[in-house]
Amino acid sequence: MTIEKLARVSPAERRRGFLTGFGKITLSATAIALLTGNEKLALVRSASAQMTNNDVTILNTALALEHEGIAAYQVGAETGLLQKPVLALAVQFQGQHKQHADALEKAIKKLGGTPVTPRKDYDFPKNKLKTQTDVLAFAATLEKGAASAYLGTIPILTERDLARQLASILGDEAMHWAILRQALGQNPVPDAFIS
Amino acid sequence: MSSLIASCLLAVLTVGLAAPRAVQAAAGGPARGEVVYQRCLACHSLENNRVGPRHCGLFGRRAGTLKGYSYSTAMKNYGVIWNEKTLDHFLENPMMAVPGTKMAYAGVKDAQERADLIAYLKKATRDSETCK
Repeated sequence: MTIEKLARVSPAERRRGFLTGFGKITLSATAIALLTGNEKLALVRSASAQMTNNDVTILNTALALEHEGIAAYQVGAETGLLQKPVLALAVQFQGQHKQHADALEKAIKKLGGTPVTPRKDYDFPKNKLKTQTDVLAFAATLEKGAASAYLGTIPILTERDLARQLASILGDEAMHWAILRQALGQNPVPDAFIS
Repeated sequence: MSSLIASCLLAVLTVGLAAPRAVQAAAGGPARGEVVYQRCLACHSLENNRVGPRHCGLFGRRAGTLKGYSYSTAMKNYGVIWNEKTLDHFLENPMMAVPGTKMAYAGVKDAQERADLIAYLKKATRDSETCK
């Protein structure tokens, strides 16, 4: 909208435009305040679509990590190195990662996105997995990484309900990490904060 | 009308002037950076492509060009060469620096942590043993 066109907008319309636009998008608040009518609506819609796209990207990153985690537990289980109580735990954790993946896929589809699919193969350090301790340490690294990843994505999600769901998964990943550390004979909760 | 535009411009300028300047970080420490890198291990590794691309050979590489990794179109088109400056900008807020990137991460907000991380990356991604 040109300055000449803006000049023809009434003060009431300008105020209305500012008030309705504020809060929906912060990056272009000034632009929204100056625009009215279709231009403003188009801006808000465009910003809203971009935010949804970002949420889909974030959820797909999380889903890719869950696929990787599921595959990693499969590799760990198939090494034959895990003893019975630990093996049961690994299978349980893998099952929970599958639940996370299902929930993320549903959320992505609900937003109109396309969920990423598992890779055909992963570059896991299989040659370094020689004992049960190696497998547990490998799993612990992935679980800690997953918790960090969720922590790094939750603040940038647009939808608060999605943030809640991801925080719920973060809690589960952190529990996995703590239990794996305990199994490794390490302090299960080494810090007051996760980073 | 002119007063409205003038007010908006003044507000923008005031916000711009009042915004905190980029904090100058002290020289990066690789040892501290290795601790920060633990966060990156969620999706990356030095040696292998994972959810994110491998980091070996990062410095001097054009963004979005590592063979064997499927980049977003946005990253393919980003065009920068990775160095201290470009990494510092990107790592502060990846999704803002490259809208459409697949790197869904809030970023490393602390300037000193970024400097440490970059110092670590500079050393580790050239390690001849790890990065064969």
